[in-house]
Amino acid sequence: MTDLPLPPTSRHAPVVFGRTIVIALVALAVSAPWLTDANALQLGTQFLCLLTVALMWNLLAGYADILSLGQHMFIGVGAYAFYGLAANLSVMPHIAIPLAGIIALLAALPVVFVVFRLRAAYLAVGTWVVAEVFMLVAGRIPGFGLGTGTSLPLSTAKAMGATALDRAVSIYLLALAVALVAWLGTWMLLRSRHGIALMAIRDNEEAASSLGVNLIRTRLGVFLWTAPFLGMVGAITALQKMRISPTASFGFLDWTVFVIFIVVIGGIGSLEGPLIGTIVYFALRYALSDYGTWYLIVLGGVSVAVMLVEPRGLWALLRRWIGEDVIPVSHRAPKQ
Amino acid sequence: MSEFYINVVLQGVLLGGLYALFAIGLALSVGIVRLVNIAHGDLIILASYVLVVLTQSFGLPLWLSFLILVPLMAGFGYVLQQGLLRHVTDKGMLPPLLVTFGLSVIIQNGLLEGFGADTRSFSGGALQTSTWQLAEGIYVGALPALTLLVAVVLIFAIDRLIYGSHFGARLRAVSEAPATAALVGLRVNRVHALALALVGATTAVAALFMGLRMNFDPLSGPGRLIIAFEVIVLGGLGNLWGILAGAILLGVAQSVAGAIDVRLQVLAGHLVFLLIILLRPQGLFQRS
Repeated sequence: MTDLPLPPTSRHAPVVFGRTIVIALVALAVSAPWLTDANALQLGTQFLCLLTVALMWNLLAGYADILSLGQHMFIGVGAYAFYGLAANLSVMPHIAIPLAGIIALLAALPVVFVVFRLRAAYLAVGTWVVAEVFMLVAGRIPGFGLGTGTSLPLSTAKAMGATALDRAVSIYLLALAVALVAWLGTWMLLRSRHGIALMAIRDNEEAASSLGVNLIRTRLGVFLWTAPFLGMVGAITALQKMRISPTASFGFLDWTVFVIFIVVIGGIGSLEGPLIGTIVYFALRYALSDYGTWYLIVLGGVSVAVMLVEPRGLWALLRRWIGEDVIPVSHRAPKQ
Repeated sequence: MSEFYINVVLQGVLLGGLYALFAIGLALSVGIVRLVNIAHGDLIILASYVLVVLTQSFGLPLWLSFLILVPLMAGFGYVLQQGLLRHVTDKGMLPPLLVTFGLSVIIQNGLLEGFGADTRSFSGGALQTSTWQLAEGIYVGALPALTLLVAVVLIFAIDRLIYGSHFGARLRAVSEAPATAALVGLRVNRVHALALALVGATTAVAALFMGLRMNFDPLSGPGRLIIAFEVIVLGGLGNLWGILAGAILLGVAQSVAGAIDVRLQVLAGHLVFLLIILLRPQGLFQRS
């Protein structure tokens, strides 16, 4: 999974076109509250939440060589933390969401300690086991609805706005803020010296280590980096659905299976991939919504085909035409 | 009261027999093909549904259906490796994991589409109901005892196959040094495919005893995979008898916790697993 080489020429039409699309999408996302209705905004919130989770999963799998099947644990922790703060302690939702992110980060500390005892492929299933433990424990905490879950109080909803549209707008803006911070933060992380260390590890572990990169600390750091964002997504989703439950809040299908398909189809190891994958996912969901299980069979089949034909996904195909990253992660060599 | 706990521990040991059957195939995938097969549990469930078709749609007796199932699953394993997994076997960590992950979702939803979400099980007549009294107040079910016996025999047979036969020498060669094995003329892909055929045959055995003992539905695969995975990590990789020990440990942990509070059963198994990898990440029986 090495980076594709940078082309000798720079700035030609397709890159400008690609960047225009990204900027237009961001502008569209920011102006959406003034353009659409509550239903569209709810769909937009789901899109932004899934995009953030895909970005984080991709950061782990595509840059840190950590394949996790258990990142949904932090979504669930965020949802439960949000319920505890907003419903049980009456904290304002806008404050409870970042706090839920911090609680997810705190929960990640012992998790890292355990799962990083396992290497590579074993870590993948190990994180899944830990996620199961979190889910089973969440179903036994008194005051959180036990195994069946519980609804958030009406006062939490009212704190988000008087009408359904007001609430949809505030929740959407929160999701947009989290997605933008996650995106910009991760981009800056990848362009920083930590990001360079990360890509060096991914491309050649021994060489990176001999040049002084601390393998374990770098990987642990990235794993921890993802936790608060996932926690905040969990909190926003709980706020949107006005409900928490062990099986839904720690949903393996929603927050790990679909996310893996999104990243694999869009393109592992790029910042563009998760965006393309999320768009394709929502388009497929719309097109195949009447076919139930076939929809999952198609997603599974497509992602297996992608791994066999072009492991770096749709983005790799597009990039051949565009010629360079639309969201540049690599540093350009200084001109002679 | 002590008889109660002896029974509970004994049942845990016997449950370990079933868990060992889940794990043997995964241990072979990991040990020989270096494949952590995310779809392993789903292969077991797929085999169970083939048994459902053979017994219910074709009306065959269970023993005959099982005799047909073993070569069917072995053939499926062979074809799976040659047709699909071969292309990702030596491509690093991500591709094999992600391809088997996709396969897992396809099998689950294919079974849901074909059979619906109802739970199923097999009827084994007297085997499921008879119990033996070992001592005053201490009982063993015939089916769990047979399951453990089959697990022990299967592990013994595979151990002899790997360490005592010409074919086993080839399996070990491609496991330890695939490039060198290819240099001395071994067809690595074919040996890998034969290893997956062996895995397929073990999933048939696991499917039979699972379906006799507990209900299953199309989405039961991941639960079986997690147990198989915990067993092989606990048992230490590259040690077939370690599987039996890891499986019994997990079975006893679940059984004891289940006797205290039935809702704790699954959680206790996971917690024992996490505790042990925290203390001994190399598994119970391997030196660090």
